[in-house]
Amino acid sequence: MDSRIILIIGGGVAGMEAARQLFLLGYQPVIVEKSDHLGGHVAGWHKLFPDMMSASSLIETMAGGLDGVTVYLKTTVATMNRLTSGFSVVLSNGTTLLCGAILMASGFRLFDASRKEEYGYGVYDHVITNSDLEHWFNTGEDDRIPENPSHIAFVHCVGSRDLKAGNPQCSKVCCMTAIKQAIEMKEKFPGSEVWCFYMDLRLFGKKYEDFYINAQRDHGVHFVRGRVSEVSEDIDGKVILKAEDTLAGHQVKLKADLLVLMAGMLCNEETPVLASMVRADVDSDGFMRSRDNIYRINESSRPGVFFAGACTGTKTVPETVAEARAAALDIHNYLVGNG
Amino acid sequence: MVDFGFGLSKSSAVRLDQVDLSLYRKLEVLEPGVRTCMSCGSCSATCTAGPWSGMSVRKVILNLQRGKDVSAMMQNCMLCGKCSMVCPRGINTRHLILSLCRIYGERK
Ligand SMILES: Cc1cc2nc3c(=O)[nH]c(=O)nc-3n(C[C@H](O)[C@H](O)[C@H](O)COP(=O)(O)OP(=O)(O)OC[C@H]3O[C@@H](n4cnc5c(N)ncnc54)[C@H](O)[C@@H]3O)c2cc1C
Ligand code: SF4
Ligand code: SF4
Ligand code: SF4
Repeated sequence: MDSRIILIIGGGVAGMEAARQLFLLGYQPVIVEKSDHLGGHVAGWHKLFPDMMSASSLIETMAGGLDGVTVYLKTTVATMNRLTSGFSVVLSNGTTLLCGAILMASGFRLFDASRKEEYGYGVYDHVITNSDLEHWFNTGEDDRIPENPSHIAFVHCVGSRDLKAGNPQCSKVCCMTAIKQAIEMKEKFPGSEVWCFYMDLRLFGKKYEDFYINAQRDHGVHFVRGRVSEVSEDIDGKVILKAEDTLAGHQVKLKADLLVLMAGMLCNEETPVLASMVRADVDSDGFMRSRDNIYRINESSRPGVFFAGACTGTKTVPETVAEARAAALDIHNYLVGNG
Repeated sequence: MVDFGFGLSKSSAVRLDQVDLSLYRKLEVLEPGVRTCMSCGSCSATCTAGPWSGMSVRKVILNLQRGKDVSAMMQNCMLCGKCSMVCPRGINTRHLILSLCRIYGERK
């Protein structure tokens, strides 16, 4: 059998980078991507922290490295079966593949903010998500964003750190996204007041704290330590937020023209279904379970099945890219018998 | 004693190594959820009694963890249970308050 074919499920940054590396190592990676474009979520973002690199130019550069790689768009996996050596895979477009290894790079899904009913997403006129705001930066199209907002509020941890929403985990990237977007909004609307409602500020990465300092020093972004408990809408269509300013110890209200919800990251719901075909395991946080979370993040509990990127947990782009490269090497070592 | 013309006032700092945690320990047994409070303030933001009375489950928990008496604040609670609905850590705050009432009741 031809074990040089590697099935890569998902054409986000994880799948793209792993494909490029595997191709350079002499394999024949096949990317199966269910949407009509490569790049995954990043293709929908505008500028990436911490360098404020253009997301579309990153995806363009990465796609440029895929010459020679087979890419099936609008395609997904129908079945996967383990053979004595390798896997037999049938794709939704009818293609059959015999491959030596499988890389799951199916990423995450954004928490559906309408499930936090108390925030009024999809109900009130001026409530959007972090993802909607990136889309607006790219296209300028979103009727929910008013012409000259005087108060803009960001609510952290929407669908994260929340047992009631079914996700006790921290999504890790949204504090940084909130501060990045707060700065971008101040640049667009210098006359506005921007408020971030947070529980803890988690600016964990290289240069992330710089954004926090800039937001305070150069842009006068306000930070309120308290979780917003409810949001209502007044007759003018403005949103009214209620929280406790826990540092001052009293209730606060804010009438805002725009509310941006920092929706969290959850495992893509199709991933466990795919995983069950090759009997890989789901972890207690809902993401895929690596052999361990320290040394073997790229390996599933089953031989020949590997992971890269946000399918095992929330990741930044550089983390995802690094994992994709590591996964390519792991797959290579597995196939040459070094595993 | 020499009179220097000023007195030394007692420090208001809380000595964490000396606080009396007996009330808090009793509450931990009756409502173990109390340990997972992350001081987010959702309960106090939504509290019906908060704006006029200063009632705040968050403050009740924090004060107990610092060995302070909270009986006065607690008297303002109307047991409406709104705080239980919003707690992101899923703490049964209403049960927490009832448990605390029971502990205070036993002490009298
Ligand atoms: C609002 C927001 C802003 C962010 N901004 C930044 C930033 O500025 N800088 C930064 O470093 N990180 C940022 N991130 C994190 C970044 O988006 C992730 O690190 C990155 O998307 C992970 O890439 P991935 O390829 O693992 O997953 P994804 O981007 O989720 O890609 C997965 C791909 O797999 C496909 N797929 C899923 N299931 C199937 C299937 N069954 N069959 C076929 N294909 C499938 C999907 O269609 C998708 O194309 C941000 C995240 C959010 C939520
Ligand atoms: S990164 Fe920040 S906003 Fe996101 S879940 Fe963690 S604490 Fe909340
Ligand atoms: S139960 Fe008591 S503390 Fe909770 S919201 Fe109602 S009045 Fe406030
Ligand atoms: S809502 Fe829950 S976690 Fe938040 S401060 Fe109140 S009791 Fe603590």
